[in-house]
Amino acid sequence: MEANITINKLNSRFPESIVETHSYRGDDTAVVRKEDLLEICQFLRDDKELQYNFMMDLTAVDYLGREPRFEVVYHLYSLTFNRRFRIKTRVSEAECSVDSIVSLWVSADWFEREAYDMYGIIFKGHPELRRILLYEDFQGHPLRKDYPIKKRQPLIGPTC
Amino acid sequence: MSDTTKDLHSEYMVINMGPSHPVTHGTVKFLLTLEGETIIDMKVDIGYLHRGFEKMCENGTWEQVMPYTDRLNYVSPLINNVGYALAVEKLIGIDVPERCKYIRVIASELARISDHYTNIAASGLELGAFTAFLYFVEARELLWDLIEMLCGARVTANYIRIGGLKNDLPDGFKAKTKEVFKTCRELWADVDKLLTKNRIFIDRVRNVGIMPPEDAIAWGFTGPCLRACGIPYDVRKFHPYLVYDQMDFEIPVGEKGDNFDRYLVRMEEINQSMRIVEQALDQIPSGPINVNMPEYRWQSKDDIGNRIESLIFHFKTVTEGIKPPAGEIYSAVEGANGELGFYLVSDGSGKPYKCRVRPPCFPLTAAMPKMVKGGFIADIVPTFDMINMIGGECDR
Repeated sequence: MEANITINKLNSRFPESIVETHSYRGDDTAVVRKEDLLEICQFLRDDKELQYNFMMDLTAVDYLGREPRFEVVYHLYSLTFNRRFRIKTRVSEAECSVDSIVSLWVSADWFEREAYDMYGIIFKGHPELRRILLYEDFQGHPLRKDYPIKKRQPLIGPTC
Repeated sequence: MSDTTKDLHSEYMVINMGPSHPVTHGTVKFLLTLEGETIIDMKVDIGYLHRGFEKMCENGTWEQVMPYTDRLNYVSPLINNVGYALAVEKLIGIDVPERCKYIRVIASELARISDHYTNIAASGLELGAFTAFLYFVEARELLWDLIEMLCGARVTANYIRIGGLKNDLPDGFKAKTKEVFKTCRELWADVDKLLTKNRIFIDRVRNVGIMPPEDAIAWGFTGPCLRACGIPYDVRKFHPYLVYDQMDFEIPVGEKGDNFDRYLVRMEEINQSMRIVEQALDQIPSGPINVNMPEYRWQSKDDIGNRIESLIFHFKTVTEGIKPPAGEIYSAVEGANGELGFYLVSDGSGKPYKCRVRPPCFPLTAAMPKMVKGGFIADIVPTFDMINMIGGECDR
């Protein structure tokens, strides 16, 4: 089917790297192994029939209690073919790092800094991985599910 | 004559154009490395308005997120409301009635017009054009009167609901809109005469902050800044949602990608949005505005007061939250700054598992150093104005 051309091409080109795929509510999605992420993203960007030239969004989700714990989610968009695609990769807490895709799409720079800031995922190869939305001395990674919403920070002080 | 320049000690000066600065509207810190007035390097620091939107969303129910979305892009709050409601409806898999779609289009376009008014007014103000600011702020006040007539609040509207709207169009809305638009068009013509061919304005914004199209795509630009580079990408045309595919409007596209093109694109988009609102008001059908599914959208107060099933559903959805099926979606609308995307993950309970907003001005602000390097400090002002970085959206 034309709508699943991306999934078909990925399955034929990288059969062992694809963990699962789905198209829930029409959003084509593929979960890939994190070791092959950079190569697959380069293929998605450069292949003549795919040409995903926009990296729209990069974020992470914390599935606490599941192993691997985190899932880094990339949303790609092809202006030429007007197609959207979502690619995900699972990252465990013990080895909380994944390759940075800044070399492919410059926009990933700040998005990866934000994922690092909020979840603590290290992006290997990022030119300047430091906090972006929170201040430098902030302790912890707030969007993790085990960070309580009312936690106080040492520089801020107690509530009473 | 001895060559005195050989003995002059020179080094770059690092200056902080701090988070609170009279000419940058938005809390952003620029660390500038300067040689005289020329910018050698620039570092941008955001996060001064970070309020933990995502964490708060995970701690409330799906409907309780709606007022938080108002405060994302707080100059066009209705667009954020519409974007979030559409995303949750995609997650659930429901479609709202026709009348509701038309009213949502009208609300989005009114918000878009007021955002563009605010942006052009503020840009004019920061370059010294005080009169243009006042004219567009007057036009914005008239629009806010319209929005107040629609939903009761001028800015933080909280008007759209998941599965419908808070209330229907009030009586006399169409007539009032015609009146307001007549005055707004006159004010638009006035500001056009003041700025578009103004020598000082053109000298400040023409050929400043240029972004070539391939770089714009690599940086993730969307919205008026991308269209100013010549790429006609608009979510309303490429992924039509609501009833935009039945509306007749054009996408203004620039040539060079400099600040002047961004200004012209926004000015023309105001006119196109007014066209859309007028068409929508002419074509709007009658009918219900809320979807008839009490497990996702409350029924009327009459029903709740008299029928036990409505009461039970109302109780359950308010205390526990509506329960979309487990799954994840990404849904995008055309915000005033570009593609406003919502990535929602549901685990089947009444609270969002993840509610991510893809802010359109985040990549625009990231590309600031690229656009002003080699220019003067004075070039930061129009460039930063024209990308329309809204702190609430960039930092969330």
